[in-house]
Amino acid sequence: MELDAKIPSGPIEKRWERHRFNLKLVNPANKRKYNIIVVGSGLAGGSASATLAELGYNVHCFFFQDSPRRAHSIAAQGGINAAKNYQNDGDSIYRLFFDTVKGGDFRSRESNVYRLAEISLNIIDQCVAQGVPFAREYGGALANRSFGGAQVSRTFYARGQTGQQLLLGAYQALMRQVEAGKVKLYPRTEMLDLVVIDGRARGIVTRNLITGEIRSHVADAVVLGTGGYGNAYYLSTNAKGSNATAIWRAYKRGALFANPCFTQIHPTCIPVTGEYQSKLTLMSESLRNDGRIWVPLKKGDKRAANEIPHEERDYYLERRYPSFGNLVPRDVASRNAKAICDEGRGVGESGFGVYLDFADAIHRLGRHTIEERYGNLFDMYRSITGEDPYNTPMRIYPAIHYTMGGLWVDYNLMSTIPGLYVIGEANFSDHGANRLGASALMQGLADGYFVLPYTIGDYLAGTKLDKTGTDHPAFQEAEANVRCITDRLLKVNGTRTVDSFHRELGKLLWEYCGMSRTAEGLKYALGKIPELREQFWKDVKVLGGSKELNQSLEKAGRVADYFELGELICLDALTRNESCGGHFREEYQTADGEALRNDEDYSYAAAWQYQGEGVEPVLHKERLEFEYVHPSQRSYK
Amino acid sequence: MNVTLHVWRQKQGAGKGRMVRYEARNVSEDMSFLEMLDVVNEELIEKGEEPIAFDHDCREGICGMCGFMINGVAHGPVPGTTVCELHMRHFKDGDDLYIEPWRARAFPVIKDLVVNRSAFDRIIAAGGYISVSTGSAPDGNAIPVPKEKAERAMDAAACIGCGACVAACPNAAAALFTGAKITHLAMLPQGAPERPQRALKMVLQMKEEMFGHCTNIGECEAVCPKQISIEVIARMNHDFIRASWSEREAPYRADQPAGEPSAGGCQ
Ligand SMILES: Cc1cc2nc3c(=O)[nH]c(=O)nc-3n(C[C@H](O)[C@H](O)[C@H](O)COP(=O)(O)OP(=O)(O)OC[C@H]3O[C@@H](n4cnc5c(N)ncnc54)[C@H](O)[C@@H]3O)c2cc1C
Ligand code: FES
Repeated sequence: MELDAKIPSGPIEKRWERHRFNLKLVNPANKRKYNIIVVGSGLAGGSASATLAELGYNVHCFFFQDSPRRAHSIAAQGGINAAKNYQNDGDSIYRLFFDTVKGGDFRSRESNVYRLAEISLNIIDQCVAQGVPFAREYGGALANRSFGGAQVSRTFYARGQTGQQLLLGAYQALMRQVEAGKVKLYPRTEMLDLVVIDGRARGIVTRNLITGEIRSHVADAVVLGTGGYGNAYYLSTNAKGSNATAIWRAYKRGALFANPCFTQIHPTCIPVTGEYQSKLTLMSESLRNDGRIWVPLKKGDKRAANEIPHEERDYYLERRYPSFGNLVPRDVASRNAKAICDEGRGVGESGFGVYLDFADAIHRLGRHTIEERYGNLFDMYRSITGEDPYNTPMRIYPAIHYTMGGLWVDYNLMSTIPGLYVIGEANFSDHGANRLGASALMQGLADGYFVLPYTIGDYLAGTKLDKTGTDHPAFQEAEANVRCITDRLLKVNGTRTVDSFHRELGKLLWEYCGMSRTAEGLKYALGKIPELREQFWKDVKVLGGSKELNQSLEKAGRVADYFELGELICLDALTRNESCGGHFREEYQTADGEALRNDEDYSYAAAWQYQGEGVEPVLHKERLEFEYVHPSQRSYK
Repeated sequence: MNVTLHVWRQKQGAGKGRMVRYEARNVSEDMSFLEMLDVVNEELIEKGEEPIAFDHDCREGICGMCGFMINGVAHGPVPGTTVCELHMRHFKDGDDLYIEPWRARAFPVIKDLVVNRSAFDRIIAAGGYISVSTGSAPDGNAIPVPKEKAERAMDAAACIGCGACVAACPNAAAALFTGAKITHLAMLPQGAPERPQRALKMVLQMKEEMFGHCTNIGECEAVCPKQISIEVIARMNHDFIRASWSEREAPYRADQPAGEPSAGGCQ
């Protein structure tokens, strides 16, 4: 298969504009004849649904929560980037583009990233007009902060609830279209299969989570905005319901899956306390602007933090990276924390934690300023741990947070299945091997408000689609497939709960395909996962029926997919014999322990094609060209 | 610690349910309330009993998916906290905990602790937005917004739509929820053009959804996990009354035939 990314030619600043001009348009009167399915109501799916409906298309929007406002985007805290240069500190579209390509460790597509940086400007304008209550200066202008190691202040925020406010903006735009009759909502409905007819995406099969009804839906195009797959690791910062099922089933219908091993680990999460732990809570990265990270110099030092004198502390990030200090990128900060804990210098009961200390900042700026900047985060920390971060340093540890990998899409955000579009975290497009802080919200909204609504028109205008209905054999087959999976899960009636399997799989992935990876470890995991999967299908216990609200059944279906996806994640990691961004292979590092890329052999996006159960998928490579930002070794010293 | 749970179990489609007693043993004080329920559920499944159904997703107090009554208080005993953020260190060994779903006519129980809150979506659909289509916005800094106003808009916009306000209100009113959205948008210059119609439409929709009438009791504010001030209800009443005098005619008669429930587009 030849992967054609459809990247426009010409100077990078002109590509999107020219491309937009070349896209075919759907006659306004014809738009209402098209039905578009959007799966997902997060920043990507919500913004796309609203905008497509405004343009006149009939939109059918599916999500598994009870309201579109609860999509996982709601949890994003820190902010959203835009190259507005309101602070006059030298930011520009080009600089945001440059930072994103470099931050992604040269594994993303330049043209996509440039477009993203360009569109970032419109996003802020749109959100302000919708009534998103961004933080303001006294004069009434929008406030910014610097975030995630950026050296300019380009992050817009609404307290520590930026994702919530952006999502409510998109949700309200969406509800306006619901009221106008242009969007039909399908709450508590899960997509369980994609229907492909004559090589084109023509619909989906869903399960109503309340009644259990399995139903087919026909459309002219299908859009997936179903979020990331970090929950494959069991413990992550994602919401409990976040899952890979929609993209995984699309993969099994022929959509290529790109860079599955590019997972991001967030350095500042609250450490695990026990086996019952159900998720990990992120402490916003903005904390690293004022907090200092340290561990005791001596191994096994069990004194309370306040009793360890200054000379016996190791501020290891400041020591190793004097120019970036505590603000090194996420992957670097995470790996260092793991290395220190593996040395036996971790803190807290489990030894898997490092201190994030605000004592100096409180001394320098006063408690009031710190309260103003981080009050809600400090409260959250106190409520979870029972400790007061104003008096004792926070304990933090890295956790799985974001997945840069996802379904492969071209410049138009179309997957390898014509008519199937993938937006937001679910696709692989813009962040390469590592995403910069505050750039996921930007990408989700860029895709949904400003890219997909144009590019999908080009497909619809240029494609003659035959009329089809849910009685088509392809729909019947997909429905049967979904029923079969559901029934099979209910029939096992073994002895172990779904969660116990999920936890075990998560531990394997975290251990062998988490923060650092080795060929040996990955091979071990690749041997173990199929064994565990087999056990799962023999011994899982799912009670209740299929015709009712059955939360164990929902989970079981998702975990079944994680077993398959987990294997692909490891295979991808094993195949990529280099370190880049979040993918750190211990065999490939510089003398001082930094990720060592191999541009000669691995400057490509790895796109995997499903070949059937038990057969190894086929790897296709999309070569990445760097015309503007020339690959260099990242250095944060 | 050990605690005794009395949990509302209601089969789907059944008009009635009952309290069932469970013992939660060896509960760690670092567990969240939902993690404690997870452990109880794991044990139930192992014994072949159906687990307790409850809604949840983010587990960090922001999605608004979780929520039930603990000993008669929405989201439990700690102010400003959702049940997913509530930790077991706030309870004592030997406590008896009564766990029940939100109870309100507008929120029918689906199963166990899971209720249907789609009425909230229909209130927003009735007018809880600024009508601005994608692409038509001026520069973000074109209209200055005083910091004070932005902050007050944000205070109201912090609502997570969980429904605790309704569950705690003896009248099962949705005034705090509706008032919060009206206030959020009313505080901003961008929200001004539609301010009167918005208040009219949202308040009328709220009534159609069978929510009760607010009589200023204040229970809503007391349980709100985001501590939204009851002031937003005053603003809602203000905007509604004002709009009723000046603008009522068109929107009220045209698209809200009295008494007929709105379909609102949700399935
Ligand atoms: C705690 C946290 C903090 C973050 N903070 C930031 C930040 O400060 N800045 C930043 O830029 N990024 C941040 N991120 C990342 C960012 O929030 C996400 O990448 C982004 O919101 C994803 O948006 P989305 O629209 O792609 O997916 P989501 O918001 O995850 O939405 C997925 C949607 O798909 C639906 N869905 C999923 N599967 C199915 C299915 N099978 N059937 C039907 N529906 C389905 C869901 O119901 C939901 O509506 C953060 C992430 C986390 C976890
Ligand atoms: S689960 Fe999201 S608020 Fe509790």
